[in-house]
Order: sequence, then C-alpha cells, then structure tokens
Amino acid sequence: MTTSNNRIVVDGVHKEFKLRHTHSIKETFVAAVRRKPLTTKFHALDGISFEVGEGESIALLGYNGSGKSTMLKLISGVLLPDTGRVLTRGRVAGLIEVGAGFHPDLSGRENIFLNAAILGMSKKETEERYDDIVAFSEIEQFIDTEVKHYSSGMFLRLAFSVAIHTEVDILLIDEILSVGDEPFQQKCLARIRELHAKGKTLVVVSHDLDMVSDLCERGILLKDGKVRYDGASKDAVALMRN
Amino acid sequence: MSDQSSFVAPGRSVGLADVFRRRYLLSLIVRKEIGIRYRGSVLGWMWSYVKPLVQFVVFYLAIGVFLGMNGRVEYFPLYLLAGITVVTFFSEAFTNGTRSLVDNAALIKKIYLPREMFPVASVLVAAVNILPQILVVTVIAVFFGWAPSALHIAALVLGLIIVAMLATGLGLLFGAVNVTFRDAQSFVEIITMCAVWASPVMYQWEMVQQKVPDWLFVLYRMNPITAAVELFHFGIWFPLEPVDGQLIPDMWLFAGIGTVLSLAFLVIGQLVFRRLEGRFAQDL
Repeated sequence: MTTSNNRIVVDGVHKEFKLRHTHSIKETFVAAVRRKPLTTKFHALDGISFEVGEGESIALLGYNGSGKSTMLKLISGVLLPDTGRVLTRGRVAGLIEVGAGFHPDLSGRENIFLNAAILGMSKKETEERYDDIVAFSEIEQFIDTEVKHYSSGMFLRLAFSVAIHTEVDILLIDEILSVGDEPFQQKCLARIRELHAKGKTLVVVSHDLDMVSDLCERGILLKDGKVRYDGASKDAVALMRN
Repeated sequence: MSDQSSFVAPGRSVGLADVFRRRYLLSLIVRKEIGIRYRGSVLGWMWSYVKPLVQFVVFYLAIGVFLGMNGRVEYFPLYLLAGITVVTFFSEAFTNGTRSLVDNAALIKKIYLPREMFPVASVLVAAVNILPQILVVTVIAVFFGWAPSALHIAALVLGLIIVAMLATGLGLLFGAVNVTFRDAQSFVEIITMCAVWASPVMYQWEMVQQKVPDWLFVLYRMNPITAAVELFHFGIWFPLEPVDGQLIPDMWLFAGIGTVLSLAFLVIGQLVFRRLEGRFAQDL
C-alpha cells in the first residue's frame, strides 16, 4: 500500500464531527442538568480509501457538505481522522483559503516571509524565490506598504503568489478560482499546470466543474461521506451532473 | 520538512520539539508580535519603560509611603521593583499564552503547524518585553551601589527560567482548555491577580511566617513564583546589604523545588495540550 510511487494514502478514514451546543462550563452544566444533548453527531467521512500516485492530479468532487474540504484538511494535517489513517510522503502545502497567515499591520514584504515560513519554507528558500513571488503578484510598487491598505484583489494576489511558490511535493488547492480577476486567474491556472508538469501531485477542490475536469485526469466523487466514483475526471463530472 | 522517501501521518507532531525544529518560523512570529506592539504609537518603545515606572510609583506611594514599608525595609523601591518584574513577566506570558490559540484561530483552522508554537511565542514575546524593565531595575540598583557576583546573576537567570517554564506549561494547559471553554481566560485573570499577593512582592516573607502555621509556610515557599521572586531579591536587593535583610529560609532548596515544579507543569501542560489538540481545528 505504501508503495514507493504513492504520495498520499487514505485508508478507511472516518471523521465524525461533534457539533457542540454549549460554549462555557455553565452552559454545559445547565444543559446536563436539563438532560439536553450536549452535542449532535455529524458523519462527514464514512470509510474513505484511495491512493494518489506521484505526479497525479485528482479532483475531489461533490456537493456542499459531501466532505471534500474535510478530506483536504485531513491530508494537510489540520484535522485528524477518528479511525483509519492518512499518510503523505514529501512536503505538503495548501492553497486553502490563501492569506490566513497574513497580518494587516505588516508590509507586503514582511508578510511574504512570514507566510512562506508558515507554509514550511526556510529563510534561504524564501529569499531565493522572493523576486519571483513579487513579480508574479504584479504589485511591486506596493510591496513595502502595510497590507491593510491593500485592495482585496491585491491581498489575494500576494497571498496566492506566496502559496504557489512554496517548495512542495503535494499541493492542495481549495477553490482557486475565487482569486483575483480573469487574467490573474488564467495566470494562476497556468502556474498550476506548470507545477503539475514538473511532477508535483495536485489535489483540487472546486465547484467549477469544467475547470477541474480539464485540470485533473482523475476525479473522486464523494457523496454523504463515501466514495461514489473514482476514475476519469470527465466521467466523475458527468455522473455528478446527472 | 519531512523525509522525501518515507510516509508520515500529517498533523501528528512530537510537541514542543517540533516548535524548536521550526525556530525560523518561531522567530518570525515573535518578531512580528514585538514589531506590531507599538506600531502607530508616537512614543513607541518608550511605553515599555513608562508602564513599569508608573506602576512602580503607584505602589511605592501606596505601600512604601502610606503603609510605611519604606521605614521597615531598606531600599524598598528596589525590593518592590525586583518582585514586580518577576510577576509582570509571569502574568503577561501566562495571559497571552492562554489567549494565543483563540487569537490565531484563523491560522490553526486552515494550515497545519505545531500549535505549541503560539503559547511558546507568547512567552518569548513576554520575555523580550520584560527586558526594558530589567534594565530599569539594574540601572537603579547600580545607582545605589549594586555590584553583583556571578552567583547573584545566576540567581536572576534561574528566576527567569523558572517563570518561563511555569508560564509555558500553564499557557499550554489553559490555552488548550480555552479553545473549548472560554472560561479559562477569566480564570487565568484571577490567578494572575492573586499571583502578586501570593509571593513576597509588596511585603516581606517574615510577615507571612509570623502569621501562618509551619506547613502553610512550606507550601508558600513551594510556589515557583515565590522562589523566582526571592531569587530576584537575592540578585538585586540583597547585594546592597540592606539592614535586617534576610533571605527566605532554604532559598536554594526551594529554588530547586520551584524548578522541578515548573518543569512538572511544563510536562503536564504538554500532555494535556496533546490530548486536546486533535479538536482544536473543529472547536475554534
């Protein structure tokens, strides 16, 4: 199973969310006395297994609440599976809601270094890529301005540029096409294709079905926390549209 | 980060060791916190000197002059300032460490990093912020003729280490609980409020010894903050040879106990943190 050319192994993964209804000790106590349920269970993933080989690009498909984003968070390590296991080989970085590590009071330059470090890059690696990151974002003239003065488009451009230039083996992408204007989106897609051509492994979550079926060869359709279909992305999209 | 050729389970850290493996990120987070602290203020870092000085003047007037401690303790201002420095370091590190996970919720929910990073960074930021105050204390002490030996300096360093370990351990513990129950924050405020009075900062240990039974005085001295405060008194106030100045009985023994206890809190904090960590991303 953990053969040498696999990058990601997902093996019988279950993930259940307990939705808490109480947020303080008092509320918990009161609810317990009144015998109200403290939590409601929600089965987000119910026995998922798949493997992703080196250089593969897969799309995780499914409707809202089907468990796509949960699966991505399990691969990135933000969440841990209840049972089963997730294994990865090599460096993982996510374009999951880009800009989470940005601080509004820091300049663009400082934010590049901070965010790159959060994504696991060393100082040397960031310095080597610094010029590329700035050039890609096309906001050279504002790079020493505090990020709080940026427009939302500029902010996303910079955040995305940092994430896309990280040294990775596995790139996790959640809703990339919410980034910037049309030309910038095209540029991002081109960059992602370039990374894929270099043998990086991609896992993509998006509601833009045409884009993902074009970008990825393989699609995994999730429904109610289970794998409905695992095969060619075109077929997975067709199945989903029916 | 990880070995190219072997599989790892994402999101399973080895705890504090991982924080120091990623010390470049840690240093950036600490620098960021310190950098933005006074950004946009005219006086900037001057505030780091102004705050302890104002606090000192208030306590000096209230306790030194009005309550008459100046007459009872020679060099009382320095005695007071040395103790306040320790307690301020502890309070800031502990309070910010407890809140650090909730404050960084956006990050924790989206990207995996060793989460111990945040309480540890809070303690380091508090350590940097306390430096101006230590500088103020030593400058005043030198003015009064302070000439410390290596042992006195070692006592100051040990005091800071005790407080740093204790604050890290408690920050991990209460920070982890605070993710699910925000009550922890309020509880910590009460602890830090009591911490000033549970150690001989405003008064002298003799006053406690006279009023409490022996076993309670032993317990009093086992408080790691009391040990750290007394180490600071030993390092800063004692070398001035104050009249009737006495070291707390068995100071070095209780400094050792304080060190062991803070280390124990660090281990407990880490264990509880690891137990609760799996739920952070969904509870925040």
